[in-house]
Amino acid sequence: MTTLTTTSRPGQRVSDPRPPKPKGGLPGVKKAAIMGGAYLIALIFITPYLEMFLTALRPVKEGADPTIIPKHFEWSNFTSVFSGTSSFGTNMRITLEVAFGATLLVLLVALPAAYYTARKKFRGRKAFLILVLVTQMFQPTAMVIGIYGEMRDLGLINSVWALIMVDAGFNLAFAVWILSAYFAAIPVELEQAAMIDGATRFGAFRRVTIPLAMPGIVTALIFTFIAAWNEFIVALTLTTSPDKAPLSVAVDNYIGQYTVDYGHLFASTVIATIPVIILFGLIERKVVDGLTAGSIK
Amino acid sequence: MTTHTEQRGRDLRPRRPHGARPALAGLAPLAWIGPAIALIAFAVLWPVVKMAQSSTRHWSRYGVDLGSNGTDNYSKLFKEQDLGGVLLRTGIWVVVVVTVTMVVSLAVAQLFNQRFPGRTVARWALIAPWAASVMMTALIFKYMLYQGYGFINILLDDLGLVDRSSPTADWLGHSTSGFVWEMAVAVFVSIPFTSYTVIAGLQTIPAEVYEAAKMDGASKLRTYFSVTLPMLRPSLLVAAVINVMNVFNSFPIIWEMTRGGPGYDTSTTTVFMWVLKKGGHIGESAALSVVNFVLVIVIVFAFLKVSKWNIEAD
Repeated sequence: MTTLTTTSRPGQRVSDPRPPKPKGGLPGVKKAAIMGGAYLIALIFITPYLEMFLTALRPVKEGADPTIIPKHFEWSNFTSVFSGTSSFGTNMRITLEVAFGATLLVLLVALPAAYYTARKKFRGRKAFLILVLVTQMFQPTAMVIGIYGEMRDLGLINSVWALIMVDAGFNLAFAVWILSAYFAAIPVELEQAAMIDGATRFGAFRRVTIPLAMPGIVTALIFTFIAAWNEFIVALTLTTSPDKAPLSVAVDNYIGQYTVDYGHLFASTVIATIPVIILFGLIERKVVDGLTAGSIK
Repeated sequence: MTTHTEQRGRDLRPRRPHGARPALAGLAPLAWIGPAIALIAFAVLWPVVKMAQSSTRHWSRYGVDLGSNGTDNYSKLFKEQDLGGVLLRTGIWVVVVVTVTMVVSLAVAQLFNQRFPGRTVARWALIAPWAASVMMTALIFKYMLYQGYGFINILLDDLGLVDRSSPTADWLGHSTSGFVWEMAVAVFVSIPFTSYTVIAGLQTIPAEVYEAAKMDGASKLRTYFSVTLPMLRPSLLVAAVINVMNVFNSFPIIWEMTRGGPGYDTSTTTVFMWVLKKGGHIGESAALSVVNFVLVIVIVFAFLKVSKWNIEAD
């Protein structure tokens, strides 16, 4: 058991993600066993996505062949999903609009709230933090009937704005929580020093605090982006027309059709899945910090 | 707005309003946290109110409000003969999926917290299901389970366990095997997050504690159960609660793999709610969503009580 960290210094734990180096090397056999086990688990977890990829390449006439790897690869599936009668291009555009819109909205709303709660003690701070904590526990699934009623009253059925607002609302809590932890870890003296040097309060925030909190900001934004990108049940509830739906709903509609062309279906899901897996991989190291800051604190 | 001397940051106590602008001073926080409160109110609180209202209205099949009907939706819901089974199944779903996820994740976290060559790539593979859409993961599992040519059936056939064309291999066509596979997929998509929470917890345990245990001559197993596990308690608690919420609210897995069928045999409450809505029973569906919501509230409060969450961090 040689995988331990430094003792956590307050204010440091968030910005110190690297696990420390083990003191001695592990014995060869044990190390091989650990590697073997870890690689096997990694393989199991990536297999469905490899299979998704292989199925996307499988020609229609090999559809029912009991082979793991298709004999021919139909690369054109990845381009032909965009053409023809399918609304894939439109659905893709809507998914992008919703994901970027929700991320931007969360950034605009969470940043000031997190900064203020980290820096100031004000009346209502505790109530606000409880509100954030409780909404973090809520998920739209149990509430879709209410969300549907609200948006119908407002005439926002089939509108990307409804999806942006709901996705942002349900991901706001996590962003506030994690950003607040990052801001609290940045010594207020740094901002004061900048202000003594003549910066305005906002200038100090922009030039000193934001750059230092950047890892937290990026993590919060990527989490929001992925959640909004993948969102399914709210979009399923709020869109009634195939050309107003994001990808997730479009794929679900596709399943309901009379004959399913799996090559095209899984080409769509690969296109929808790969970007977020890569994006998430980029913040993999930060995930541990985020969880430490956001939940264990 | 605070360009004057309010620069003492966190030490600043809420000052008693005095001087020229008492009313404005008290409103200062709203400029910062107001937008967040507004968004939460719009996206989260308004739907709660709307949902409660909907559950007391009489709805036509096509969603036209036909006026109040008191608690009729609830009495109709509680008379549904499938409701008992659905509730029981939801309980099994949550308990089994969360328990298995936690136990497996403890082991996975221990493994992935070690240093070994290629760890970055292995971890990348491990988080794939966390990043990917659950709905699309469920779809590929459904495809892999197809009778005759699904990847899992080919594999089981090669291992000599199941004939890939036999009725047994039609896993999702039968209620029990369908539900078991759905639970397996739910565990599969829950493990990455849970493992990462445990890894985060493992990294907060100070090295000195292990050195002390070593000096006292504790065996590795003993150290794990007497030192590691107790010190992981906060992370495990957080992971368990978040998993309970996620798994309870999980809709896409069952929806994509079996649509809650055959019959309602693989439906949990969230799937049943959707099936009712789709079938035009909007009032009943709203009533069930209120029941779901109350269950969620109970879980949240139990969590707040058990964890004695320190909101005044630091």
